[in-house]
Amino acid sequence: MIVVTDLYKSFGKLEVLKGITTRIKEKEVVVVIGPSGSGKSTFLRCLNLLEQPTAGKIVIDHFAVTDPQTNINKLRAEVGMVFQHFNLFPHKTVLENIVLAPMKVRGLSREEAEERAYSLLHKIGLAEKAAVYPSSLSGGQQQRAAIARALAMQPRVMLFDEPTSALDPEMVGEVLTVMQDLAEEGMTMVVVTHEMGFAREVGDRVLFMDEGQILEEGSPESIFQNAQHERTRVFLSKIL
Amino acid sequence: MPLLLVGAVTTIWITAIAVSVGVLIGLVVGVARLSENVLIRGLSRIYIDCIRGTPLLVQILIIYLGIPNLLFVITKQQMPINVYVAGITACAINSGAYVAEIVRAGIQSIDRGQSEAARSLGMTRAQTMRYIILPQALKRIIPPLGNEFIAMLKDTSLLSVIGVEELTRKGQLYIAVTFASFPVYLGILLMYLAMTLSISRLITLAERRLAVSDRSD
Repeated sequence: MIVVTDLYKSFGKLEVLKGITTRIKEKEVVVVIGPSGSGKSTFLRCLNLLEQPTAGKIVIDHFAVTDPQTNINKLRAEVGMVFQHFNLFPHKTVLENIVLAPMKVRGLSREEAEERAYSLLHKIGLAEKAAVYPSSLSGGQQQRAAIARALAMQPRVMLFDEPTSALDPEMVGEVLTVMQDLAEEGMTMVVVTHEMGFAREVGDRVLFMDEGQILEEGSPESIFQNAQHERTRVFLSKIL
Repeated sequence: MPLLLVGAVTTIWITAIAVSVGVLIGLVVGVARLSENVLIRGLSRIYIDCIRGTPLLVQILIIYLGIPNLLFVITKQQMPINVYVAGITACAINSGAYVAEIVRAGIQSIDRGQSEAARSLGMTRAQTMRYIILPQALKRIIPPLGNEFIAMLKDTSLLSVIGVEELTRKGQLYIAVTFASFPVYLGILLMYLAMTLSISRLITLAERRLAVSDRSD
């Protein structure tokens, strides 16, 4: 479903990604872990071209992401993204946040878009918050609403960029539960996170990134129980 | 005194038209200033620099006297320009440059995460600007826009030089008859003050009404 070949990304002289190659299958949940500055977020942001790769190839479904001929907006409509800081639109209610893109990008009527939005809001337990502005929601509620906003486009892939890092500890669980449900429904997901419990329980595969490269990858058990690299072990011992 | 009131009314409507057109120019140029296209960005930059870097008085004189003169040299025909049209045009072009910078700053003050979220949903640059960035930016530029309105209201007194009968010019005409310089100029001053204070109040009200979504309830 996603094929990444020899991906490089530099910011000026700083080389952040140094040759990433991996394949992600349909319905697979891939968890990307690694120390800060290892390039995990940059890798994720390259997948929907929020960062323009310096070199390399990305193919998602039939979209040659890195081909300049590809319509970026069409690609992005198929790739949902959830951000660390939610990035809900503060001037729009929760409902308006969710219906905007389906109406403007997919061309849905307001009725269709609202119907879809309400069913998502029910699913994530925020139906009664449809008419309020994001500023009156808790962090956990905001992040769930942001997930609903991304899902309303009915994407084929969901990217999560440290979705729980900005949350108070007691709100992490509610967001992870929504993500777990999504994984169980068969969504293809790439998740950058420090939540090792989530990686272990929900992840099909774990990528350990360090200094712009995938140092090690494998099933959660193989990474958490017998990592091959010293640096993976050091990182895990610090974080667990 | 009624003479001065007539002048004050002229000042108000001239300012209103000049700033309204200025805001339209400013929105276009302010967005253009952040365009990905080098040519568009460069042109808007030149416009802003030239207008802000030269005195409004000279701009007024160029439009009212300079351009008809140029046209005369080219076409050998006298083409006088209406003094109000010339005055308002000069003020609007001038105001547009300042508003453009206000708009640019407002757009840039919006968190990058907002446009990233919109783009990640598949929205185009134009849709992102229209539905996400500008509505939030406009809310933030209300106070500096108010300042611009007040500044322009005072600057329209320069139009007295070309004979637009706004507040200052009306006062001068009145003094020419009465020789009562001090009371008339003081009266003019107080009328400008009354107008600018009223605008400040209106801006504060507008700000409050627009702050709805920032409330947590």
